Amino acid sequence: MSKVTDMRGAISSVVDDGETIYLGGFTHLIPFAAGHEIIRQGYSDLNLVRATPDLIYDQMIAAGCAGKVTFSWAGNPEVGSLRPFRRAVEESVPNEIEIEEYSHFGLVSRLAAGAQDLPFLPLRTFAGSDYPDHVDTIRTVENPFDNGIGEIPVVSPLEPDVAIVRAQRADVEGNAHLWGILGEIVEAAFAAETVVLSVEEIVDRDVIQSDPNRTSIPNTVVDHVVEEPYGSHPSYAQGYYDRDNEAYLEWDQRSETHESTKEWLDERVYGVADRAEYVERMETNRLVDLQPRSNYATPIDMGGY
Amino acid sequence: MAEYTDTELMVTRAAQELRNGDTTLVGVGVPNLACNLAKRTHAPDLEMIYESGTIDSNPSKLPLSIGDPVLATNAQSIVPMRQGFGYYLQAGRIDVGFLGGAQIDRYGNINSTVIGDYNDPKVRLPGSGGACEIASNTRKTIVITPHSKRRFPEEVDFVTSPGYLNGRESREKLGLRGGAAHCHYGQGGDAVRRRRRDVRPLSPPRRDGEDGPGSHRMGPSVCIQSWGDTAPRRGGDRSYQERARPERVLHRLSTSIMN
Repeated sequence: MSKVTDMRGAISSVVDDGETIYLGGFTHLIPFAAGHEIIRQGYSDLNLVRATPDLIYDQMIAAGCAGKVTFSWAGNPEVGSLRPFRRAVEESVPNEIEIEEYSHFGLVSRLAAGAQDLPFLPLRTFAGSDYPDHVDTIRTVENPFDNGIGEIPVVSPLEPDVAIVRAQRADVEGNAHLWGILGEIVEAAFAAETVVLSVEEIVDRDVIQSDPNRTSIPNTVVDHVVEEPYGSHPSYAQGYYDRDNEAYLEWDQRSETHESTKEWLDERVYGVADRAEYVERMETNRLVDLQPRSNYATPIDMGGY
Repeated sequence: MAEYTDTELMVTRAAQELRNGDTTLVGVGVPNLACNLAKRTHAPDLEMIYESGTIDSNPSKLPLSIGDPVLATNAQSIVPMRQGFGYYLQAGRIDVGFLGGAQIDRYGNINSTVIGDYNDPKVRLPGSGGACEIASNTRKTIVITPHSKRRFPEEVDFVTSPGYLNGRESREKLGLRGGAAHCHYGQGGDAVRRRRRDVRPLSPPRRDGEDGPGSHRMGPSVCIQSWGDTAPRRGGDRSYQERARPERVLHRLSTSIMN
């Protein structure tokens, strides 16, 4: 059964004010198009969860979508601060936000516990750090076994209301192939109540079944499929387009004040109907510069039996 | 005479700490530059693991983030973050963690979370990222940060990543891995150094087994502190003379890596 819809329809049917939302992808495959659609539809008081809020949550915070941000590293990679995130935390602009933070492994372990329906997961992180004093979902349990470690930190499961994840390609039912950096995408998809899968291209089922080891996200966990070329820009899709590092640098300037950030949002988010128009407005040269050379993997032989 | 910035000097000096054959988990910022410099110069067999889940990355150019596509193409393996942190880092398979930090105290505890009170911070910093698990699970942690008084308080405002907490025994008590050797590098002042003699004192021979407790003045504005791990290292090591020399690597930094 086809689950294909457009981004506007997918977002309006799954997102509600006050929900916990996870936009997956660690540097790679960040769902920018989905985040922009959430901004255009004007949701608020969301608990925005991501390991790295990155530019997408910065933009959503500036647009007033966030009531809370849950994260593990809030910076603009190799550039500096996330200015709107800091304005919200330090000056309550445009509104006050609550924050909850972990280490990367802590947050990923919470998703893994949610994905497996476990009450908690132990990890060799947080002992000796100050995080357990400030985050109620990090606690310590006694090891029931006599094998070298007495107490061990645990984290509670995270089960977002909605996860929006991206992949390079999927069939119409939502069986997705991913390659390159996988980050926490699969854990987020399995942990969430409802999942929107956004892909660079929809392909025949035969393509997916020709390489089942690459199917990290199965249709079982997917509710909506959206075909959205360049849906991750200025993040990237391995083999399709490069990360737009210039855009990450530009954001540092464009987001310098709340007013200048709003101007950017007017231009790039509110000022376009959808991702197709966003891409149409990009400079052709810039798009061309982001195209990588082809570099194919050697095919494997699955064998016919 | 080559001109270089303080940051470039820190990068080259930190790169010398990495040995050929080390497995290292590479943090964002200066550590990323230093690891890539080491791999392009004296440590071609350095195995760079990134928290994004790329294992033994072989980037064709300098990665501009720790999730850059050049880290994925031609890597030995790419795994989900859960597996990279779990099977590799948590299981004790990584020799060296390489971190930055806003504050480091006398026990090597690192703060990259907040300056001031946690609930009412003066400055909100990015937070842990992978730093807490890296400092908890690698055999040795190297910290690189500019030298200034405010970066080395007696106690950090927030322990993001544990060093020795409040004394030598405390890591073991908590089940933390690694007899970590915390080395702080950096220098005061922002002046661009022009003369080679300013660099040379930064390059003391350091052989295996020499990382005993202590603090060594390395030059007018540079200090290295280290203590901890003296266990023999896995994999080969080139003698100091074959390792990176600042003047050479700075040249390479500008010509081959910054492309």
